[in-house]
Amino acid sequence: MMENPTAPANALRDSAANGPELLLALQNVSVHYGAVIALEEVSLGVQRGELAAVMGPNGAGKSTVLKAIMGLAPVVGGTVHWRGRPLAAATHEIVKEGIAFVPQGRRVFTHLSVEENLEMGCLYLNDRAEQSRRRDAVMELFPVLYQKRRDFASQMSGGQQQMLALGRGLMAGPEALLLDEPTLGLAPIVVKEVFQKVSEINERLKTTIFVVEHNIKGVLDIANRAYVLDKGRVVHRGTPQSVRDTNILTDVFLGRVNAGAPEE
Amino acid sequence: MRELARNPRAALRLTGGNIELWANLLVISWAVAFMLWQGVGFAITLGTVFAIWAILSVSLNLVVGFSGLLSIGHIGFFGIGAYAMAILTSDASYEQLRTEAIPTLGWPFFAALPVSVALAGLVAILVGIVFNRFRDDIYVLVSFGFAIISFNVFLNWRALTRGAFGIHEISRPEIGGWAFDGDLAFLALVVVFLAAVMLVSWFIVTSSFGRVLTAIREDEQAASVFGYRVTHYKLAIWVISAMMAGLAGGLFASWTSFIDPNSFILLESILLVSIVILGGLATIWGSLLGAMTFVLLEEGMRFLPFLPNEYVGQARQVVLGILLVLLMLFRPQGLVGRFKL
Repeated sequence: MMENPTAPANALRDSAANGPELLLALQNVSVHYGAVIALEEVSLGVQRGELAAVMGPNGAGKSTVLKAIMGLAPVVGGTVHWRGRPLAAATHEIVKEGIAFVPQGRRVFTHLSVEENLEMGCLYLNDRAEQSRRRDAVMELFPVLYQKRRDFASQMSGGQQQMLALGRGLMAGPEALLLDEPTLGLAPIVVKEVFQKVSEINERLKTTIFVVEHNIKGVLDIANRAYVLDKGRVVHRGTPQSVRDTNILTDVFLGRVNAGAPEE
Repeated sequence: MRELARNPRAALRLTGGNIELWANLLVISWAVAFMLWQGVGFAITLGTVFAIWAILSVSLNLVVGFSGLLSIGHIGFFGIGAYAMAILTSDASYEQLRTEAIPTLGWPFFAALPVSVALAGLVAILVGIVFNRFRDDIYVLVSFGFAIISFNVFLNWRALTRGAFGIHEISRPEIGGWAFDGDLAFLALVVVFLAAVMLVSWFIVTSSFGRVLTAIREDEQAASVFGYRVTHYKLAIWVISAMMAGLAGGLFASWTSFIDPNSFILLESILLVSIVILGGLATIWGSLLGAMTFVLLEEGMRFLPFLPNEYVGQARQVVLGILLVLLMLFRPQGLVGRFKL
């Protein structure tokens, strides 16, 4: 079942104009890298406590959505809204606003220990007690990080590094967690574990999650809201079930969708 | 044995994780043997030269090793510190010599030294704000530019530096009527400063500030999204490092009592980078080891019977170059380093 067949009249509100306000929203955001159009007037968002998934083929602009939020992409038009207000903070200040980003490829600091990596997530706090409390909470959620706390991150497997990357993001105590391809390059059994953890973070810690993912089946199983992107435009928005019902993903992956046309 | 001779990698594998130990033992025993052979006077000179180069290499390692910024302009800050010390403390009457005249301020050493350090830091702030816009290869190029510019300032701002004539009668330290005019006393003073620089560096690299630097070295963007203003961290370590180089410059000027622009040429800067790579990136001890190896090469080659004196300088560079090539081939992290360049 599709939620909204055309672009929303007010991207800061959910679906209908009188719906609840979105916690994090992109309103008509365009990102251009020189002549290359990565995003074109994209409007999408996530409600407080939700887990929203952004899917699409390679080059659709999925990761650029997160980069635009984090100030890592050249936004040439539109606005990113956070808690109903335009998000104008510089990249290094966004984490203090309550948004943590777990970049693609894990990007843990391999020359730091697991504990030091986690510490990096909230060093800016200057509150040792709070840092320690958060570290304990993260290690409780990811027991493997406790077992390997003194090891260098370089000594961990890909799956363990992904857990570390998630844990490091959680150390910031975020209200919203942005995940860029968290299962990329991981073995199927580890992929399942990562999705379980992401779902647990969302349900147990009530952290709002915005995840960009290529593993369609896995992410649709845990998401509450789904967006499909193709060639820098949103071609579908709705519930995970609506994505399954419409074959939109098959169409975009086979190039059967005209991305300039109204959303399906 | 023949197999090992054919395959040097196999020989290295045999020593396994003990390479660091062997490197330490080799350099230290080489230094001790050399000093015993040449006597106390030589040992004091060697120690002083080593301590000054060690301060320089530790300071540069903070930038190159711990922060990942390959600067080859560090000699500029060394020169600024040296010239500040020379200009402030020299009391030679240059007019009588009918050469370039500069102000003769005659400050005491301990008043001039903080100014040398502060001036190097001030220039580093100005230069660093510009340098922060660059990374990787471009960073190397702009730092190269800084080394060239600073050398030309030393050479051509004759009203201040006396250009190629240099500045002499630079004063030795004196405190409370006790002068560090003996070589042993000066060595003790330099070693105290080296210890202070090492202590400060150790605090930096083991603190949370140091961990952020390591993170920035690995992945600037990842560090940035976790709330660290990368440019500020890079500028801070750059300025601290430059101030240490300024300190080394001040000590060098006072020790030699004469400086001219030839001590601050680009080649010296490249040698300094080589010392840091030789010892190992991101290790304070490695910088000391690198500096000691360099000084032993520099001084030791004077005593090679088959090498005429006029070729010692060039031979030193050739040997250091060969050593670097071998290191890059077999041990790119340097003698005791953590990172590859």
